[in-house]
Amino acid sequence: MILEGLARLGRSGLGSLERIGRAHLLLAGMVLGIGEILRRPGLLIAQLFNIGVLSMLIIGVSGLFVGMVLGLQGYYVLAQFGAAESLGVMVAASLVRELGPVVTALLVAGRAGSALTAEIGLMKATEQLSGLEMMAVDPVRRILTPRFFGGVLAMPLLAAMFSAVGVLGGYFVGVGLLGVDSGSFWSQMQSKVDFHEDIVNGVIKSVVFGVVVTWIALFQGHDSVPTSEGVSRATTRSVVHAALAVLGLDFVLTALMFGE
Amino acid sequence: MGKQRGIEILVGLFMAVGFVALFFLAMQVSNLSAAVNSDGYRLTARFANVGSLKARSPVSMAGVRVGRVEAVSFDKDTYEAVVTMRIDAATDTIPDDTFANIFTAGLLGEQYIALEPGGSMKYLRDGDEIAHTQSALILEQMIGQFLFSKAGGD
Repeated sequence: MILEGLARLGRSGLGSLERIGRAHLLLAGMVLGIGEILRRPGLLIAQLFNIGVLSMLIIGVSGLFVGMVLGLQGYYVLAQFGAAESLGVMVAASLVRELGPVVTALLVAGRAGSALTAEIGLMKATEQLSGLEMMAVDPVRRILTPRFFGGVLAMPLLAAMFSAVGVLGGYFVGVGLLGVDSGSFWSQMQSKVDFHEDIVNGVIKSVVFGVVVTWIALFQGHDSVPTSEGVSRATTRSVVHAALAVLGLDFVLTALMFGE
Repeated sequence: MGKQRGIEILVGLFMAVGFVALFFLAMQVSNLSAAVNSDGYRLTARFANVGSLKARSPVSMAGVRVGRVEAVSFDKDTYEAVVTMRIDAATDTIPDDTFANIFTAGLLGEQYIALEPGGSMKYLRDGDEIAHTQSALILEQMIGQFLFSKAGGD
């Protein structure tokens, strides 16, 4: 009885180790397949379209509203201290450091990550991946690598768009509606937001999130049980795991970058 | 062929918009446009207390920014704070009896160095030290002195 329980525990432990190992082998395979997208840039462009261009609308609209809400909330708090002129700093710093990379990663995980998992899972369920292998084409290099690099490239660009549109949203609300002085909005922002400290670190964050989100999405699809139920489970897991990984990693990265 | 071309154009547009957004963040939002340029010259000053003065705090004359604080360090022999400032090259006529004060911008604002020019005809050059300084006002000390003088006056 006890031995049976121990054996079950050991089995699940070994199972998760195996999954972690397979995930890393897949990552290594995708990164090593970079030659494939250099030979056929068309594959990468198609994925940049799927992940990047099709996500632009939701990123732009979300960024605008997040920036506007930051402008509104920040104004009411800062006005109590007579520091409404610092609204620009607050909006820009919170967008560039945190909200831009994190919210973009969550939105991309929901919009593009789930689609990637479902696509790869269905390809596996309908034996298209095995078909490619039969034709001596490596499915990891041909199918997964362009999607992976598409996600990694698209994420920082989308995060930059999010932050830029958000700053403009904060400007419309703060300067346009609430009457903060336009000059001090920009000049305080420029004097307090540091290029290396804030902007570059934000871009590094979003590159890391791009790797993690697309990696999780592709691995879940590639590792799914090839049935309709298995694909649906893999899609759910992809979004949940990606969201948790982004939020957890964000804490670690913030502690490393901004902690002194 | 037409569809592929459309996709390529849209992806090109996507990347262009992304880089424009990054450029906007770098130039309009951050301080890259007003970055500390390495030209100009260095001055040092010793203060008994610098308060919360930090590197990159402004150095101003008559309310106009003429430089930035480069570094704040501690001299373990004299127990004083040594502030290194980088002054813009255009401002090369700072008299050698200039007075350096640490002021606060607004009640909760950041601290900055204000230079008050003296009357000397000799100008400070690269590496010189400003002799006359006045430390930052520490709010707690001021309140303490105020209460002390109130109690003494009665």
